Amino acid sequence: MLDDFLVRAALAACGTATAAALLGCFVVWRRMAYFGDATAHAAVLGVAISLAFSMSILVGVTAVALGMAVLIHLLSRQGQPVDTLLGVLSHGALAIGLVAVSLIPGQRIDVESYLFGDVLSVSRLDVAVIWAGAALVIAIIWRQWSSLLTATLSPDLAYAAGINPRREQLILTLLLAVVVAVAIKVVGALLITALLIIPAATARGLTRTPEAMALVSVAFGILSAFGGLRLAIVFDTPVGPSIVCLSVFLFSLATISRQFRTTGK
Amino acid sequence: MTLISAENVSVHHAGLPTLDSVSFAIQPGEIVTIVGPNGSGKSTLLRLLIGAITPNAGLIRRSSDVRIGYVPQKLAIDGNLPMSVRRFLDLPHRVSNAKAHEAMATAGVTKLANKQMSALSGGQFQRVLLARAILSRPNLLILDEATQGLDQPGSAQFYRQIEEVRQDLGCAVLMVSHELHVVMSASDRVICLNGHICCEGTPDVVSATPAYRELFGSGTHGALALYRHDHDHHHDHAHDH
Repeated sequence: MLDDFLVRAALAACGTATAAALLGCFVVWRRMAYFGDATAHAAVLGVAISLAFSMSILVGVTAVALGMAVLIHLLSRQGQPVDTLLGVLSHGALAIGLVAVSLIPGQRIDVESYLFGDVLSVSRLDVAVIWAGAALVIAIIWRQWSSLLTATLSPDLAYAAGINPRREQLILTLLLAVVVAVAIKVVGALLITALLIIPAATARGLTRTPEAMALVSVAFGILSAFGGLRLAIVFDTPVGPSIVCLSVFLFSLATISRQFRTTGK
Repeated sequence: MTLISAENVSVHHAGLPTLDSVSFAIQPGEIVTIVGPNGSGKSTLLRLLIGAITPNAGLIRRSSDVRIGYVPQKLAIDGNLPMSVRRFLDLPHRVSNAKAHEAMATAGVTKLANKQMSALSGGQFQRVLLARAILSRPNLLILDEATQGLDQPGSAQFYRQIEEVRQDLGCAVLMVSHELHVVMSASDRVICLNGHICCEGTPDVVSATPAYRELFGSGTHGALALYRHDHDHHHDHAHDH
């Protein structure tokens, strides 16, 4: 079954979407979208480094994404505005990565597949890595759920309950790096943030508890992944952007139907 | 037995009010109020006690059996985080419906269980925070400007609720407030803070101290008297603020 490239692509997209949609709830609640961008863009630099030192792309991307994640964590000391700095880091990492890739002698590599993903070419090993990463993200969020939620709500409430919110934030930042590492093959560096925030934003209007929002977000993520892949095959469009397009379409539907429901009351 | 104490605690963090060599202790069951002007380090002191800030010098000692219930000054719940009142009470640990109901009854918010936190009024929100804080049956309740944003009847009602909670649980209460006239007379002990402890004692002693008068003016003396007058008669209109 895994011999079929479409089956592998579907499994890879589904795994990525699940992890991203789950973590994406925290990205939305904590307003970490910029963190997502910076970490994802750094992945391109990771690709360049991997190629230059002929390492596995996965290792290079994970290492650079983790490095960026820790750097952002250190910069975001409580209460200081970091969005400008994040913008510098994010686009700096992307530009340096693109330049570095072009400077690598020998083979002309296809940068586009790292910017927009190339899920149709994933190997069995890629699928295994993606699902291992997704399982890690799901397991840690499951185990830490209450602490993460308390720290998200209020750092002081967390402290009073004996939870260290800095630790919880570090956990989320590291998980972000893991998601970036597994998602780069599927949607590419430029669209990872979309996979994080759009399903969560879609689920927001339809749910009344954080748990429900997380589950509905994952459902929308998986629906977008399968549907986007199908659309890409039918219309011969790139898979990553197609997944995001469907995701945006679902978001619009949810928003419009919510408008109708609230004005109808 | 002392529940929690600060010994010569100093804080010199960038962006935070400075605290110089502050020492005090809280005994079981007493109501202690910290008063002081803006930027005098009141919230910093509370956050030291709950462990949110580490002191640059000095020591915070917590008794091994102290259970802190904390009501923060304000809590901004992101609009994208759906959270019903009942679910909020499950943080950080899940509680049984019976316990949640009991806490909501004590705080007077039973009817709000299924409401979204974002749909609550200021007074309702504070009482939900109070309900959450008392779920762990604390022996020390810490409140940071808990009545900020409430109108006068609202905050008077909130303080009555706290008094009820204290009688229920027998817990000590440590609060920060700018509403001198309300809190002063309800406290066993008042600590007047301005970077350091200016004066300390029963409300009457503190309000007569020159250091206190210098910070708040003698006008507050009148307010204290006014409050006492106010409370000669009973307020029984229980609004939902």
